[in-house]
Amino acid sequence: MRIVIVDENAGRASIIEEGLSQEPGGEVFVLSNRQGLLSQIDEIKPDIVLIDLGNPSRDVLEEYFTVSRALARPIAMFVDQSNDEQIAASIDAGVSAYVVDGLKSHRIKSVLDLAVRRFEAFSRLQDELADAKGKLADRDVVDKAKRIMMDSKGVSEPEAYAELRRKAMSSNKRIAQIAEAVVTAHELLGDS
Amino acid sequence: MATRELTIGFLPLVDACLPILAKEHGFAEEEGLNLRFVKDVSWATVLDRLLYGHTDAAHMLAPLAISTRLGRGRPAQDLVAPFVLGLNGNAVTLSNALADKVRASGQFDDPALLGARLKTVAEDAKAAGQRLRFGVVHRYSSHNYKLRYWLAACGIRPDEDVEIQTVAPPFVADSLASGEIDGACVGEPWNSVCVERGVGTIVLATAQIWRRGVEKVLAMRESVLEAKRAETEALIRAMRKAGKHFVNAANWDRNAQILAGPDYLGADEALVRRAISDRLILQHGGAPVVFPDFMFQYSEAANFPWVSQAKWIYSQMARWDHLEFDESDAEKAARTFRPDVYRAALQGSGDDLPSANAKVEGSVTQATQIGALQGSITLSKNSFFDGRTFDPDAVKSYLTSLP
Repeated sequence: MRIVIVDENAGRASIIEEGLSQEPGGEVFVLSNRQGLLSQIDEIKPDIVLIDLGNPSRDVLEEYFTVSRALARPIAMFVDQSNDEQIAASIDAGVSAYVVDGLKSHRIKSVLDLAVRRFEAFSRLQDELADAKGKLADRDVVDKAKRIMMDSKGVSEPEAYAELRRKAMSSNKRIAQIAEAVVTAHELLGDS
Repeated sequence: MATRELTIGFLPLVDACLPILAKEHGFAEEEGLNLRFVKDVSWATVLDRLLYGHTDAAHMLAPLAISTRLGRGRPAQDLVAPFVLGLNGNAVTLSNALADKVRASGQFDDPALLGARLKTVAEDAKAAGQRLRFGVVHRYSSHNYKLRYWLAACGIRPDEDVEIQTVAPPFVADSLASGEIDGACVGEPWNSVCVERGVGTIVLATAQIWRRGVEKVLAMRESVLEAKRAETEALIRAMRKAGKHFVNAANWDRNAQILAGPDYLGADEALVRRAISDRLILQHGGAPVVFPDFMFQYSEAANFPWVSQAKWIYSQMARWDHLEFDESDAEKAARTFRPDVYRAALQGSGDDLPSANAKVEGSVTQATQIGALQGSITLSKNSFFDGRTFDPDAVKSYLTSLP
């Protein structure tokens, strides 16, 4: 079975590729370049094409499949031959699929299930990364706020932190939000 | 305080303006409605999100809503359109080399004259074995249908004499620059982006092809419309207020700024303003050309979903998909548009409400007052450039009369 993955995000494509290459008899091709996309697909003659929902080439690809239906080797939309629940799951995960007519449905299902799981895994990774970045940024701003308070109020570092924490709890906000307010106020009012 | 909520999908185009401005100027809030937006970069994804419940409603190509209802390209789904988001607002942009060959003036030329000149170039190109290639945003788009209507009426057969292919709007300028295409029919700000980059020249507004051609609609699943009827009607009222605000010249700057923002179009504010103000720069470094009603989002009950518009779209679908005319499909297409919902939403508001559901499209040649349930509606010229009219009760004979 020849599987094409169209994804401009190389990191995600490799995660999906790795997952799908475990599929017995699966041969995976990753296309990440918009230029010449259709001619490459033409050459590869895939059995199934996976494309992420955020890819701007989707309409071009869908047009190509619609036209190819009239040709010798019809390609079906995934939605033609699958159950609604599975489509909903793939849309939720951010992937859509196009399948050449005649591919057995249980094979489609296993490929798609795998792709969905891999897409989900990738967005989890991304969330974790964003989260980690956010935490780093939070730590930066809290450090800045502490320094400002130590300088201007002459308090120790633990005291500065305790004060930020108290204010956060009493106003039902995150410490980073309070710290940010301190830093902003300092920038506006301070002499630096 | 807004307690109800609707999530709306859109593509970053100027004609997504009404729901966006309904939120940003507080018109939705006044109706007790909170709006959330989901931005995407392909119509396929906007449609998927609508069909699988990520969104309640979507900014959508009118022909795509109808093709989805008819099951063209995909299994049929119950889409309906209770509101037209606007008329026209698209343009034909050609590569500078091609534009130089066919333009007669530095303004918008007469479409028939421009088409006659293009025909000569297209024939030469075909004879040389290199047919002219045009990009459209989607197979089921008014861009495709208006471009084809114009070409065919000028004696250029769209499928034989030239090639028409799908190009995503953000890539139109690149495709023109690389010579992948010779021209495109696309919405704003993408024509202006081509001009700004110096890779293309705007030669024709779609409003010149059909003075009052239907463009995007607010599409919903029928089941969602029923379940969220109150929210939908509130949205319709809010979007009418947004439309009134949008067409007021005093608000052009502010609205261009809002729409150009990163959450919405993520575009150059100055370019967005050109479309909003009907003042386009056609060629790199040129002076703005005023083209009244380049976009038409409010007056003359522009948002009313005339079923005759839906039927015209069906006629073009049958024409270019080479389908036999089918009365039940024509009816199904017509029922995609829901004037009843539009009327119910605005009943008692004092806003203009047509009393009929259909009209003979393209038949108004001078200001004509039409029947109104409330308000007063005077339609101005709405003709097709070739002078044909479209009678929604005679689709079959219309189809046989077309070139």
